[in-house]
Amino acid sequence: MSEGGVSEGGVRNGRLGNGRLGNGQLGNGQLGNSGLSNSGLGRTGLSRVGQVALSFLGVVALWYLAIYIRVPFGGVPLPNFILPSPARVAETLWASRALLAEHSVTTLLEIVLGILLGVGFGMLTAFGFVAWPWLRRQGQPVMVISQAIPVFALAPLLTLWFGYGIWSKIVMTTLIIYFPVTVAFFDGLRRTDRNLLDMARVMGATRLRRLWLIRAPAALPALGSGLKLAAVYAPIGAVIGEWVGASRGLGYLMLLANGRAKTDLMFAAVIVLACLAVALYFTVSAIAARLARWQPETG
Amino acid sequence: MTGGPALSGHFEIGGKLLFAPIELSLAPGEWTCLLGASGCGKSTILRLFAGLETGGVFHGALSSAAGQAAYMAQSDMLAPWLDVTGNVVLGQRLRGEAPDFDRARDLIARVGLAGHEGKRPAELSGGMRQRAALARTLMEDRPIALLDEPFSALDAATRAQCQELAFELLAGRTVLLVTHDPGEAARLAHQVHVLGPAGLTHSMRPEGAPIRDHAAAETLAAQVALFDQVRAA
Repeated sequence: MSEGGVSEGGVRNGRLGNGRLGNGQLGNGQLGNSGLSNSGLGRTGLSRVGQVALSFLGVVALWYLAIYIRVPFGGVPLPNFILPSPARVAETLWASRALLAEHSVTTLLEIVLGILLGVGFGMLTAFGFVAWPWLRRQGQPVMVISQAIPVFALAPLLTLWFGYGIWSKIVMTTLIIYFPVTVAFFDGLRRTDRNLLDMARVMGATRLRRLWLIRAPAALPALGSGLKLAAVYAPIGAVIGEWVGASRGLGYLMLLANGRAKTDLMFAAVIVLACLAVALYFTVSAIAARLARWQPETG
Repeated sequence: MTGGPALSGHFEIGGKLLFAPIELSLAPGEWTCLLGASGCGKSTILRLFAGLETGGVFHGALSSAAGQAAYMAQSDMLAPWLDVTGNVVLGQRLRGEAPDFDRARDLIARVGLAGHEGKRPAELSGGMRQRAALARTLMEDRPIALLDEPFSALDAATRAQCQELAFELLAGRTVLLVTHDPGEAARLAHQVHVLGPAGLTHSMRPEGAPIRDHAAAETLAAQVALFDQVRAA
């Protein structure tokens, strides 16, 4: 954790202080613009995009309200190091884009590798539980009890074992999504239509072939639900891992910015992380929808 | 009785008698029809023949058809994630054999589903799904077919069509048809057994050879007779 990384970017852009109304308005205009260009983008779903833009503007308005709420009562606006204005955050976001991108790549890598590993281990576990009942009898209680340990409590230990690099974060992410993926897929495998299994049995299928050709495809929609949970949890795992000890990543950047009262940079990092998480969720949702495409939705 | 599927005994679920001692054998090459009210145990008998779990205990002698039978039920039991072709060749894939797509295409055409090979079950009507299930049953090419009310969820016209198609395409095989519909039994069966809690209360061979005309006087008479027997059972 050296001091090197952060200061290159636009962190010191916004040093000038609190009362820059003009700048604030300018920034507001910019934000409004991005909302407009959004709504131009999806002309067919204009109303929906319009709604999103509207609620976005609402959030920005509330944000400004929070900063200036004390002014009518003779107070001063909130200082930047407590709550930077949206304009200032946007400015930092742009000025520090290289820095943010660099750390985003690290975090994204941790998230994606963590998801791949967690999903892989989770699917294997669920398969094993269904294929070998003795494994389930032995393994399931252990797995459930292990969930009583908050994964976050293990974070320092993981850092000790796997170092300050990305591996301790990948393991953290893997651990955090392992359980939901395992449970979702396992439930799917177990809830397979009995009739189909009977049919397969009459057809002369071996146990493993029934598992592979009937239970597994039938469980894919359930796996999709597990994947969506994984997409939500994975960024949490990676960021917590970075908080405990790291030299790269958005979580690390947040801590560093916070420690130096560069609250605008911290907000910028949070916004980037949120965007990553949302993009990840939509990607995974699309995959989940594909896994369940033969299953009609009823609600 | 040339070693065809047969059973003799009674059946208990949780210590309670489901049906009293019965003797039942399937005549080779014939349609044997097991007729009875819902819950009387006729599906259980079929599952015993198929070698499937029944949730109870059978006491007696059983010569099962496991390994020689194809199975068809009221729910079409098509895999929803597979298209028609995929469902028809599923049995071969489940046995680790190479799928015979030519034969599958031929059978799909014979049940009248040519052009629908690439559709998933959700895109098909109930009658079409049951015809796809029939194609799959034929694909199995087993000497025995166990049919568990395969037509009961279909509308009357579609049901009649599917009955005719199944009878034609399963010709020569030993068939056990479980049904609660006296009309279906009167139309399709060489031999009908009525099942009730007391066991097989009535057996008859309706006049004439199936498949019978549903409007013929003797078919209707058999239907009425069977209906009375089911009510009495």
